Amino acid sequence: MIDMTAFRDEVGDVGSVCVRGGGTRWTVGGPVGDSVGDLADGPSDVRSVSAPTGIESIQPAEMTVVVGAGTTVADLASALAEHGQEVALDGPVNATVGGSLMVGRNSLRRGRLGEVADVLLQADCVGADGQAFTAGGPTVKNVTGFDLCRLLVGSLGTLALVGRVILRTRPVPEAGTWMSGEVATGPVVDAVYRPATVLWDGLRTTVRIEGDGADVAHEKRILEGLGLTETAEPVLPAEWDRWSGTLPVGGVRAVGAGVVHRPDPVGPPEVAAGVRALGDRMRDSFDPSRRLNPGRDPQRMTA
Amino acid sequence: MILGRVGQTGWVIRSKSRSLLGRLSVLRAGSIADPLERDLVGVLGAGRVEAGAGAQSLYSHDGSVTRGGRAGIICFPETTAEVAACVSTAVRHGRPFVPRGAGTGLSGGAVPCDEPVMVVTTRMDTIHEVDVDRRLAWVGPGVVNLDLSRHLEGTGLHFAPDPSSQQACTIGGNVANNSGGPHCLLYGVTTAHVLAVEVVLPDGEVVVLGAEEGRAAGYDLRGAFVGGEGTLGIATKICVRLTEDPPEVATLLLDFDLVAGAADTVSAVIAAGIVPAALEIMDQRVVEAVEPFVHAGYPLDAAAVLIVELDGLPAGVAEAIARIETIGTAHGARTVRVAADEDERARIWKGRKSAFGAIAVIKPDYYLNDTVIPRTRLAEVLARVYEVIEERDLIVMNVFHAGDGNLHPLIVFDAREPGVMERVLDAGEEIVRISVEAGGVLSGEHGIGLEKKRFMSMQFSPADLEAQDRLRRAFDVEGLANPAKVLPTGASCGHVTSLGRAPDGTWV
Repeated sequence: MIDMTAFRDEVGDVGSVCVRGGGTRWTVGGPVGDSVGDLADGPSDVRSVSAPTGIESIQPAEMTVVVGAGTTVADLASALAEHGQEVALDGPVNATVGGSLMVGRNSLRRGRLGEVADVLLQADCVGADGQAFTAGGPTVKNVTGFDLCRLLVGSLGTLALVGRVILRTRPVPEAGTWMSGEVATGPVVDAVYRPATVLWDGLRTTVRIEGDGADVAHEKRILEGLGLTETAEPVLPAEWDRWSGTLPVGGVRAVGAGVVHRPDPVGPPEVAAGVRALGDRMRDSFDPSRRLNPGRDPQRMTA
Repeated sequence: MILGRVGQTGWVIRSKSRSLLGRLSVLRAGSIADPLERDLVGVLGAGRVEAGAGAQSLYSHDGSVTRGGRAGIICFPETTAEVAACVSTAVRHGRPFVPRGAGTGLSGGAVPCDEPVMVVTTRMDTIHEVDVDRRLAWVGPGVVNLDLSRHLEGTGLHFAPDPSSQQACTIGGNVANNSGGPHCLLYGVTTAHVLAVEVVLPDGEVVVLGAEEGRAAGYDLRGAFVGGEGTLGIATKICVRLTEDPPEVATLLLDFDLVAGAADTVSAVIAAGIVPAALEIMDQRVVEAVEPFVHAGYPLDAAAVLIVELDGLPAGVAEAIARIETIGTAHGARTVRVAADEDERARIWKGRKSAFGAIAVIKPDYYLNDTVIPRTRLAEVLARVYEVIEERDLIVMNVFHAGDGNLHPLIVFDAREPGVMERVLDAGEEIVRISVEAGGVLSGEHGIGLEKKRFMSMQFSPADLEAQDRLRRAFDVEGLANPAKVLPTGASCGHVTSLGRAPDGTWV
């Protein structure tokens, strides 16, 4: 069993605390205030804490896993793979489960793998008042009470700190392949059923198809007929932006995902005043003294 | 491709008549004694504000068994601005408000407490826009769930959430309850299909939460809002994700001598890495009640039948059929029937979807529960449910979303029988307790409303509930949006009883 008590005691109820994981949160939005690097390294007035690590149980028949938020996404992925399962988390090389959830970026394969927002079933948390609480529930279907889990995903750790989580997993598809060609996206999207990914760089469409081996082989032949050829998984620019209807120079659009990968950093997101006010009330409600992960603000950073 | 803005002409006609009504109502409003009613008539016109005893009685209950609440003034806005004006007016008078769609909810979420202003969104039934290329549609909250999918026929797309009430329930209500349905096993409940939502917040402000494509910047307030049961504001326009129709669909019917065989087949299928679109179990009592009406060919001597629906590309579907036949047979399936054509498929589903209409032949009253358990514990928990019922000399029928572990034990009884209500209530509470003790949750798709808030402390600690209340308070600072619902803390709804007779035409 993953012990939440030590984590709760470490967080305590006073003083600013910053979760030290794989640094995923620090890939968001660029510097804020004096220096992101200073905060990431743990300045003297911000205590660094670490979420519990380890995998408590993997249950393919439930399509769930119970895991410490400090566990790396890579470790979780290899443990799940042994059971033929995978989870829709994404992040840099050292990303932890908690960091990946708190940033909330979707995997490139989200068309099949699903979205991070749908992954978090239950979160054992420590609130700003130092109290442990549980959000959500352990089952794959649950509408009991308010949806704290979705609120937590993408919150950059500013509402509560997650320690132990129950995640929804999915069976690994039998087959999958990347195909690419100088073709418009429309005919490609029309030719395949529920592609995992469709990318457009202004010249080429790159698509990922997944599923039963015979079905993938069949769709591959159809795509070859359209002029696409098999390719390696594309390496995309790291910076993410929201799709605004125009492809920036050097950018790659994830079609239907609302995401643009681009080489140059982007400015803060546009959040309507009324929505921002509601978001600020939310943060005030959970962490009035702003002691959790200071310097991070999902309303003023692009994730 | 934009399919069109359905109902736009109608909207123009209505807006003309509204302005005439508005002028008349200003004249009439002056003669109304109640200042709140006078102001609401000033907003909507007299024709769309009801305060008579008949209407108040009609709007005092929903599809649930909760009874005894009393509606205040009932409003029928047609635009976002009108909803905002109704909310602002109620709040200015210090009165609570309750949003309401078709009133098919099963947990009392729309049952009024303390004579609130009822904001009924059924007239906001315009499908504003369908974008086939981007696979999304903007709809009014009053659009009936099935009407949207019917409207989409021929586009190759559909709206995935399919609660059994889909021919009556509204998409606004689906958003409020985060509704489910049989096909949510593969496709997810309503929140996975709501991209953005225009909301009138409890202070009257209008915001759009979420985004048409991808995650919106900032907190996932859309995710927080969906399933708020009307306590976080009122959805006035909803951007829904449209799902591609599968190229191949297969429906299987398996029958078993033991309920446990059907239950164990469900978890074995998932454990084998197969995620069907739907996995539904009906026990013998349900089959006996339904078969004479639908003639689906359900075997009457089976302890349980399992409906499996598979969809996707042809090879994957064929492979999954073969594997499920093997798994089912290994767990005691007597026969595995694959529907030969669309007609047979439709009859198998008709039996499932009309199950609750057929129970009247057994007893006049019923009490329906909705809990979720880990699907690997289905067999043992179902056995306990039957024991609980037998110990209390009651009758239960089980028809449920087995793939999700979502139980719907339906206790049927005759309320005229002395003492039966106490036994039914006691059994219902025990089933909730058993589900939570098995690692489950209070509700999979009906929500908490009034009916289950007394059970919330079975699943949640005071600190858990406080965290949920923090979310609620950020949306509703004054506490006037559908008060006394969901959380056991805060305002009470003293006049409401927890059990009565379910209204006719209730679905699950």
